Amino acid sequence: MSDISHHLVEAVKNAYESSMPLKIVAGNTKHFLGRATDTSQELSVKQHSGVTSYQPVELVLTARAGTTISEIESVLAEHNQMLSFEPPSFSGEATLGGTLAANLSGPTRPWAGSVRDMVLGVQLINGMGELLNYGGQVMKNVAGYDLSRTQAGAMGGLGVMTQISLKVLPKPEMQATLALAISEAQAITLMNKLAGTAKPIVSACWHLGELYIRLAGAAKSVSQSTKQWTSEYGFTELEDSTPFWHSLTQYQYQSLLTDKPLWRFSIKSTAASLALSDSTLIDWAGAQRWVSGDFDPAQLQALATAAKGSVALWRGGDRSGEVNFPLPIAMQQLQQRLKRSMDPKNILNPGRLYSWL
Amino acid sequence: MSEAQTTSTPTITPSALAAEFRTFIDAQYVIEDSETQKPYECDGLAMFCEMPMLVVLPERIEDVQKVLKICHKYAVPVVARGAGTGLCAGAMPNSAGVVLSLAKFNNIIEIDSLARTAKLEPGVRNLAISEAAADYGLYYGPDPSSQIACTIGGNVAENSGGVHCLKYGLTVHNILSVTMLSVEGELFTLGSEGLDSPGFDLMALFTGSEGLLGVVTEITVKLLPQPEKAQVIMAGFDCVANAGDAVGAIIAAGIIPAGLEMMDKHAIIAAEAFVNAGYPVNAKALLLCELDGTADEVDQYIAAVQEIFNQYKASSMRVSQSEDERALLWKGRKSAFPAVGRISPDYYCMDGTIPRSQLANVLTKMEEEADKLDLRVANVFHAGDGNLHPLILFDAGKEHDFEKAEKLGAWILEYCVQVGGCITGEHGVGVEKIRQMPIQFSDAEIAQFHRVKEAFDPKATLNPGKGIPLLKNCQEYRALRQIESPANGESTR
Repeated sequence: MSDISHHLVEAVKNAYESSMPLKIVAGNTKHFLGRATDTSQELSVKQHSGVTSYQPVELVLTARAGTTISEIESVLAEHNQMLSFEPPSFSGEATLGGTLAANLSGPTRPWAGSVRDMVLGVQLINGMGELLNYGGQVMKNVAGYDLSRTQAGAMGGLGVMTQISLKVLPKPEMQATLALAISEAQAITLMNKLAGTAKPIVSACWHLGELYIRLAGAAKSVSQSTKQWTSEYGFTELEDSTPFWHSLTQYQYQSLLTDKPLWRFSIKSTAASLALSDSTLIDWAGAQRWVSGDFDPAQLQALATAAKGSVALWRGGDRSGEVNFPLPIAMQQLQQRLKRSMDPKNILNPGRLYSWL
Repeated sequence: MSEAQTTSTPTITPSALAAEFRTFIDAQYVIEDSETQKPYECDGLAMFCEMPMLVVLPERIEDVQKVLKICHKYAVPVVARGAGTGLCAGAMPNSAGVVLSLAKFNNIIEIDSLARTAKLEPGVRNLAISEAAADYGLYYGPDPSSQIACTIGGNVAENSGGVHCLKYGLTVHNILSVTMLSVEGELFTLGSEGLDSPGFDLMALFTGSEGLLGVVTEITVKLLPQPEKAQVIMAGFDCVANAGDAVGAIIAAGIIPAGLEMMDKHAIIAAEAFVNAGYPVNAKALLLCELDGTADEVDQYIAAVQEIFNQYKASSMRVSQSEDERALLWKGRKSAFPAVGRISPDYYCMDGTIPRSQLANVLTKMEEEADKLDLRVANVFHAGDGNLHPLILFDAGKEHDFEKAEKLGAWILEYCVQVGGCITGEHGVGVEKIRQMPIQFSDAEIAQFHRVKEAFDPKATLNPGKGIPLLKNCQEYRALRQIESPANGESTR
């Protein structure tokens, strides 16, 4: 646990003065994400770590960006609290900064929100080496533009994050998992229908003909809902479902470990089957779909557009070209202007999201 | 460090501009005369007024686009406006500019009950969304007290909250996609109907940007299932600290209430006189705690919260036994501002946030400061999320009373920041709090805001003079109030 923010500021200032691009890393667990770039100068945030403030009663935790997710989760567990967005810890090496930069959230996403949704404030170094604070350590703050949540998914292109404040939540009193053998089309309809009830549903996932529903919350509510849905739809309650949800959260689930190019669709939850593969994995009640194989990107992009969302080449395949969903020219220019406003010399992870960004 | 942009000077006369608008907008909706313009001179914060050059109310999105293109061409400032219920003078007109009213766009385009989404025009009222969604057992989460009148476009511009946002989040957490027009009149879609979208998260940046980055033309919101049951517990306390501690104890017990509100003695008395909800008028503090969910869950948590309130020596307690009773208990809280308006000729509403643990301290200090200036303050508080609404009571007819109220207001915001909070939780900066921005932000942070603005609005004609102060004004303000600039990135916020 140490504070190396002065070192980080100096490093960015030097890079700004010498126009030398930086590759921002910490645990380096997400090296496979985004585009492969030729930036060789690494700036490591890993040593900038430690939980700097945690008030369980305020539901707020602040930690340096290099703090591992595992450390944060163990600190929270002492007070029976958690990161509600279930980020992957990638064998204990993933850090808070990297998690927000990549905006990675687990199966609870549609109900508990994403890491972006839980962000309250961010301290960052802009591309000129200025240490800046946006947001705060309170639940609500609308002073100025929200440059803290804007960091989510920016892959470091809008600043080197040094410290993050998050909303945390109590752990649920009880959990249960229900399973039902059902077709893909029926599963998409049913998971959306169940998500529209006031039951304590926190995950809905379908793979290889089996629908999995996770309930979590007040004990009485979970047991009543389990009983009701078991009799109403024929679900069976799974005895030990922890490994299943854990493998999904950690991106270690069998179909995510493929050697083939892995594609991730982020689309409207009710969109019909993409009909691309028999081994499609559906998560987030239909809003996230995983498919592997050597597909033509243009074909997948057309499907994603029809399904009111987008698709990205998550892992594998050719990573020197574009891996993220194409954007219209006017939007590209707006994104470039935003990046230049925070990083005028384009030295922070250039080209990681898009070749033109 | 770059200084703020200066707004360009318009290069067209008002009558020539009006004539140009009338070529595509119904003549009656291009308002030039001051009498018809009068209702647009301010928003919900009536102490800040300005008459605009023109008011336009286009009826088609293409026409909004044309208005923006024309204004951009002649460098005319544009102030977008919904219902005008905002509380920070964010929609106050610019004397050399156009008020662009989006009030005509009040259609609910589509409700998709299975996907639990609603596609809306920007002038749809907040409450109208939930009313329309009720047919499907759904509702829209964020519920500002002005929800009868305020519009979803304005909610996006301000990132509005409400009494239920501790559990259900702010506007930014409840929208999927926003279509906006840039200052040049270019149409952009931010977000998508999926949960994540490609590129930088411009929707996060745009939400709460107070009309400075673009004009909202369409919004897709998430809808939530109506809870099976909702019940509210009202409890009176003889001591503010006990009420504050009870709030902490509820959270520590692992319970996230749907709403958790506190009112102080002045607010209790005013609200009770206004709505006769049966509030305990002798209490020093009142808590309203709403639990929602499945019937079993609500029963379980109501019992737990009752036990906590007893433990913290509640002097009275009442649990709603019907929907009517629940609505009545909330009515007092939701009417707190107008209720206070009846016990004082004028009031000035603040919107600072604080860590909850600082509540008793902040209220005590605030009363001391108010006494020094011979003013009274009534407090309503979103206790669950630390958002304080001190209502400073004053009489604008009395000499120096407003200046005293402003002085106390500045002190309150400074103190909120000092204890780890911020100057505005949900009302926004607008004109009202622009002078206080340098309490919370350093010059480098403010300069960065200006650069972001420039990326969207190079001529600085969208809602100029709001939200982000000029750097020279920041330095003057700090000198005047004798406060230090927050060190870059090192404040305790």
